[in-house]
Amino acid sequence: MTESVRLRPPTNRLNPRCLAWWRVRFALVVLPLTLVVAVLGVLLVPALLILAAAIGVVGSAVSVLLPAWWYRVHRWEVTDRAVYTRTGYFWQEWRVAPMSRIQTVDTARGPLQQLFRLATVTVTTASAKGAVEIAGLDAQLASSLAEELTETTQATPGDAT
Amino acid sequence: MTARPDQGVRAVGTFERLDRRMVVMRTLVTSGIVLIAAVPAGMGIHAEGRSIPGTLGILAGGVAAIMIVTMLGEYLRWRATRFRTTPERFEWRFQLVVTRRRSLARERIRTVDITASPLHRIFGLATVVIGTGQQAASGEAGVKLDPVARTRAEALRVELLRRTPAAEPEDEARTRQQAQQLEQQQAPLATLDWRWAAYAPLSFLTPALGAAVIGFLANVVSLFGPVGGLVDDARDGARQAIADVAVGATMAVVLALVTLVLFVAAAGAVGAALLFVEMWWGYRLDREADGTLRVRRGLLTTRSISLEERRLRGVEFVEAPGVRLARAGRVDAVATGMQHGGGSERTDHKTLLPAAPRRTAHRVTSAVLDEPNAPTGVPLAAHPRAALVRRLRWSLAPVLVVAAGFGVAASLTEGWRADLAGTAMWLCLLGGVPIAALVAWDAYRNLGHALAGRYLVSRGGAARRSTVALQRSGVIGWTVRQSIFQRRVGLVTVTATTAAGSGGYQVRDVGEADGLRLAEEAVPDLLGPFVERTAQS
Repeated sequence: MTESVRLRPPTNRLNPRCLAWWRVRFALVVLPLTLVVAVLGVLLVPALLILAAAIGVVGSAVSVLLPAWWYRVHRWEVTDRAVYTRTGYFWQEWRVAPMSRIQTVDTARGPLQQLFRLATVTVTTASAKGAVEIAGLDAQLASSLAEELTETTQATPGDAT
Repeated sequence: MTARPDQGVRAVGTFERLDRRMVVMRTLVTSGIVLIAAVPAGMGIHAEGRSIPGTLGILAGGVAAIMIVTMLGEYLRWRATRFRTTPERFEWRFQLVVTRRRSLARERIRTVDITASPLHRIFGLATVVIGTGQQAASGEAGVKLDPVARTRAEALRVELLRRTPAAEPEDEARTRQQAQQLEQQQAPLATLDWRWAAYAPLSFLTPALGAAVIGFLANVVSLFGPVGGLVDDARDGARQAIADVAVGATMAVVLALVTLVLFVAAAGAVGAALLFVEMWWGYRLDREADGTLRVRRGLLTTRSISLEERRLRGVEFVEAPGVRLARAGRVDAVATGMQHGGGSERTDHKTLLPAAPRRTAHRVTSAVLDEPNAPTGVPLAAHPRAALVRRLRWSLAPVLVVAAGFGVAASLTEGWRADLAGTAMWLCLLGGVPIAALVAWDAYRNLGHALAGRYLVSRGGAARRSTVALQRSGVIGWTVRQSIFQRRVGLVTVTATTAAGSGGYQVRDVGEADGLRLAEEAVPDLLGPFVERTAQS
């Protein structure tokens, strides 16, 4: 009998509105591309219309399916001791930063994120490679989380190196 | 003068200026350059038809003007720059038209490095660089005082690195006495052994240095027209030889090439040895009473590099390719607040010991870390075979792709081209495959990890082997990465993030269970709560 050891997935999923956010982000790339190729097809080379259709079909499929998959893969968790995230599938990555070593907590909201009331929380430590990012939290949850984290870290003395 | 509100502040620590000899020094340097430049300029002016006295007059006027401008500029710069030490802060200001200030909290000051170029040394001056722990991208993190008197530099170093700035006077006197006693008692942790110079030519710099020497010689030769003709003759001769494909001529070319290679190697070796002498002359590593490690070295430019032990998070034992064959390696400090990515200058700033025999390196490491045994020398746990398979794949793939390319070329072409491509393919397969396999095997054997007392030890690297020993208490997070290929064979790459050195140190391609257990054990309670164990039968 052997023992298998593995990292458990963090408990929380991102906000479901992330699905819409990611899809719009894809659409913003796929739609103009399809349109440009289609216009060129109408004006110059009819064969390009087929290409436009292909881009449209593949693009829509990706826009629908990939975010659904991302939603399953990206997870996060904040305990009273640490911040813990999991991202990626092909290159899966788990990151842990202990509360006692957190230096800054940033929240950022891009224009699209504002539209969907989402925010990104970035937690940095003194390490150049240790930042933990949670992209796609409810904006309100994000700001209360940031506040909570800031309070916890201020309670810890030292320069966290 | 009316009373100014900041006069009270000034009483705590008075402002001082840089050494005034800087004006003379800089002016001399500039005039030297200008005088050298004046020679071709004078030739040019004379050639345009002016008499010799006229030419000299113009030149003298020009040189004098430049000297005066430099002197004025340097004088203004000297006037404008001031600095002072208060109990809490070190302040620097530059006040000339615009005012620039920089203020460093003294408890944040982590390094005080002193360098003195030959010119500085003639004048008894030195450059002081005061660094804080910030890993700023630009040079904003620190202050450079260039120049101050040598003795003042030394005093500044002691003053700024002393840990208790607000100590009671008698206390201070006592600690200073103790410090002096300690300093007298303690022998240096390491001093230069001239045998280490033998490792210098093994550096990868050697061929480059040799090539530079050859390039310089070629330039000198080409300055003399008739002699330069020899080079052309030689080139023509070589062409002739290739054209003839006569065995004798080819032999001559081969001989010439071999001579050239030998010459480059010899020149490079001499260059590397000279460089070593310049860099490491008078090297000694000390533990100072104020809790800093100090490296002093340099023949022409002397350097003194201080590193607070409080910031030390471990060491890295680096075995560069050539040096590794000679069973030697250098020891670098892994410390917080070291600027990195700024080129080679920074690399030698963190070097505690130049390439030295392994046993010496381990001895110095254990002395630096104050451990009975050097953690970089402990036996390490090997990684799973799957890691070897991955390395074989990485190293063989490019060789096979190139070979396949030649194979395709051989089948598509005819005649001598096909022969050539075919030969190249076989060379690739017969020569490249064993080499690639050896490299992969070596890279696999280099992998290893261990927990040695207070240290997490990880080793890796293909030709350049590096063993890092990182204080477990210095680990401030974990990143566990698993690509889809690693998942299939049960490997992970575990990165311990830290505020020191490069910011993260990897344990590459370790077995999933081993890697997680290592991380869990190294820093209890950090990764532990997220690890789940299931019994398997």
